Amino acid sequence: MSSLDPVLLSRMLTGLTLFVHIIFASIGVGVPLMIALAEWRGLRTNDIHYTLLARRWARGFVITVAVGVVTGTSIGLQLSLLWPMFMRVAGQAIALPLFMETFAFFVEAIFLGIYLYTWDRFKKKYTHMLLLIPVALGSSASAIFITTVNSFMNQPQGFTLINGIMKDIHPIAAMLNPATPTKVSHVLASSYTLSAGILAGIAAFSLLRGRNHVYYKKALKLTTVCALVFAVSTVMIGDSSGKFLAKYQPEKLAAAEWHFKTMTKAPLVYGGILDENNEVKYAIEIPYALSILAGNRPDTEVKGLEEFPADLRPPLSIHYMFDLKVTTGVIILLIPVLYVFRRWLPGRKPYPKWLLLGIVLLGPLAMIAIELGWMFAEVGRQPWILRGYMKVSEAATTSSSVGWMLVLFILLYLILCFSAIRVLSKLFRNKEAEKELESLGLEGGIVH
Amino acid sequence: MSFEIAGIAILWTFLFGYLIVASIDFGAGFFSFYSILTGHENKIHNIIQRYLSPVWEVTNVFLIFFVVGLVGFYPDSAFYYGTALLVPGSLAIVLLAIRGVYYAYNTYGNNGQNSRIYMALYGATGLLIPAVFSTILAISEGGIIEQVGDQVFFRWREFLTNPYTWSVVLLALVSVLYISAMFLSYYAKRAEDETAFEVLREYALLWSLPTIFASFLAFLQINKQNPAHFEQMLNISWMFIASFICFVIAVSLVWKRKYLGWCFIAVMLQFAFAWYGYGRSHLPYILYPYINIYDSFTNKTMGIALITAFSLGLLVLIPSLVLIMKLFLFDANYVRGNAGKKKG
Repeated sequence: MSSLDPVLLSRMLTGLTLFVHIIFASIGVGVPLMIALAEWRGLRTNDIHYTLLARRWARGFVITVAVGVVTGTSIGLQLSLLWPMFMRVAGQAIALPLFMETFAFFVEAIFLGIYLYTWDRFKKKYTHMLLLIPVALGSSASAIFITTVNSFMNQPQGFTLINGIMKDIHPIAAMLNPATPTKVSHVLASSYTLSAGILAGIAAFSLLRGRNHVYYKKALKLTTVCALVFAVSTVMIGDSSGKFLAKYQPEKLAAAEWHFKTMTKAPLVYGGILDENNEVKYAIEIPYALSILAGNRPDTEVKGLEEFPADLRPPLSIHYMFDLKVTTGVIILLIPVLYVFRRWLPGRKPYPKWLLLGIVLLGPLAMIAIELGWMFAEVGRQPWILRGYMKVSEAATTSSSVGWMLVLFILLYLILCFSAIRVLSKLFRNKEAEKELESLGLEGGIVH
Repeated sequence: MSFEIAGIAILWTFLFGYLIVASIDFGAGFFSFYSILTGHENKIHNIIQRYLSPVWEVTNVFLIFFVVGLVGFYPDSAFYYGTALLVPGSLAIVLLAIRGVYYAYNTYGNNGQNSRIYMALYGATGLLIPAVFSTILAISEGGIIEQVGDQVFFRWREFLTNPYTWSVVLLALVSVLYISAMFLSYYAKRAEDETAFEVLREYALLWSLPTIFASFLAFLQINKQNPAHFEQMLNISWMFIASFICFVIAVSLVWKRKYLGWCFIAVMLQFAFAWYGYGRSHLPYILYPYINIYDSFTNKTMGIALITAFSLGLLVLIPSLVLIMKLFLFDANYVRGNAGKKKG
């Protein structure tokens, strides 16, 4: 018993930390890009509105970075504290990307510090904007490196395991495993979507509150169009992730689709529930769709769950996560599409209320999609921690104190998130953009 | 130099970097809070804030770098330290989290107003974190982490009743305040802020004697804890003597209010000699007697890859660090608080 309980509790604690970290990390990856875009537009068109946009985003961004840094520190240390056996074995193969991630983080941290304190400090105005390039590169690079570690756990390669010790290791091959391309690009694209979505939501929220300054309209346009571009790429990459699963992790795809028998012309099961005999009920079946998802042709053979031993099958509940994630993804794509075509919609209003409400929801929906996507990816490779090599139950700590630590961290994260939301909303409520514009205009500050 | 030695030298150097920047940071947090309590707020608070704001995030990375590097170069350390340190490690994470987040909340989220609660959290964690981290030094001497069969245990009683534990905690506390006050004196002098300088100089002098006293105490306790280690320390006793000489130089310079830049370099040398002397005599063990750098080193391919990545990383890191120092430490205008008024 003493070795089983810590396993479950360690899973819960790791899941909790990642649950919190993922949101702030995704914001950390995407927002610098958006700030750079706004500042660049502001400089190029000599439009103070965009410059102010960049400033205000940057101010809020620091708060989210702080939470991202501390939860990232948590997960970095918890990797060894909760999964010592895993790190002892796999540390031989994944040390390189972990190490590189800290370097990328270093660069990001240094240049973010510089960026925040050097508005108005350089003679050439573009210099300040250029400081964001290492910030954005650093945050995206750390996302890339850390995702290669996760890809490696899904699709391990580049070593041979002899008596529980990794030999003959190729660190680069381990990083560039078959899961890496789809995972990395999906993570990046969805982070950009989330960030653009949240910022679009802020602009839409201000418009909904009756603030009609052109500043908000410009903000809305910039962010919603970005959200559209990023959402399209996220969905397209998601499709290739499906093809990746069919080829390399068929048991995950089969469990996600409740696909039990191997067959060609496989239908896609959407929604529904599973009864005690594993019969699918109330589901929508789309003929051939699964085969097309897996290989672009209706006669692609899709492996069924029956081909895998029962104790190596992922839990069937991942079906719900998969369906919800895909549904949310489609909604996220549709909202900005409607925004782009809003002038042709019934009513022909420039800013229909329901559309603004939809845009406010973009951020939260993207958060939900990202959480579901990660849960699907992680729960979907149960029972493995290192797929095909090491089970989760062999990797966890044996300490008896994990339960208390779980309580401690639940409290910590609740306090952190609650206060982050409070501080962020206070930050913007106390200083409205109109007033800030006015004071800048009166001072003749950054723009002549 | 062998890979094993190169690996530990890299990690030890980063830990030294953390020791210096984090001490400044932790001590500054405490002084900042203390200055609010005693009504000295307007005297030194601004100078502290001006230094801390651009660098707080960087400090954290030094620590993560060390932990990731340690596990990367010596995967066994994840097994022993990871299993045994779940509770103290988690507490350290919580303290770091509270400190990092509330610093940001106070600085960026409060519209320029200092919240007493945030400042108190910030000041208190600034002293607790070094105390928690320093105990790892005590643990690494052996006798606290024990392996029985496949299981690794943390002996709380041995840990808490060990005089060496408490002497390193004491050393950590006073040296944080000493390093920080020394640095901030230098920084205040550069900013030509005489009032702040006088306050901080007093702090620096106040904490100098306890620091050297605690160092001797910890030095003597190692003898009881791990005589073999102590013997090796005696073999390189010149390093500890050099450390003491640097201490004397630093204190006399700050006493005379002269050459504050050299004074802080002497402080860094004082700790560098002690730090590398301690580290060198600790070798080959990372955790006595379970992890030594030769048996636990990662496979050779990964060793080469890590050292290559490290060398390439330095090519980016060093210019970046130089840039941030140039902009915020050695830019006279920024240090005096005039940066924003310099318009093009």
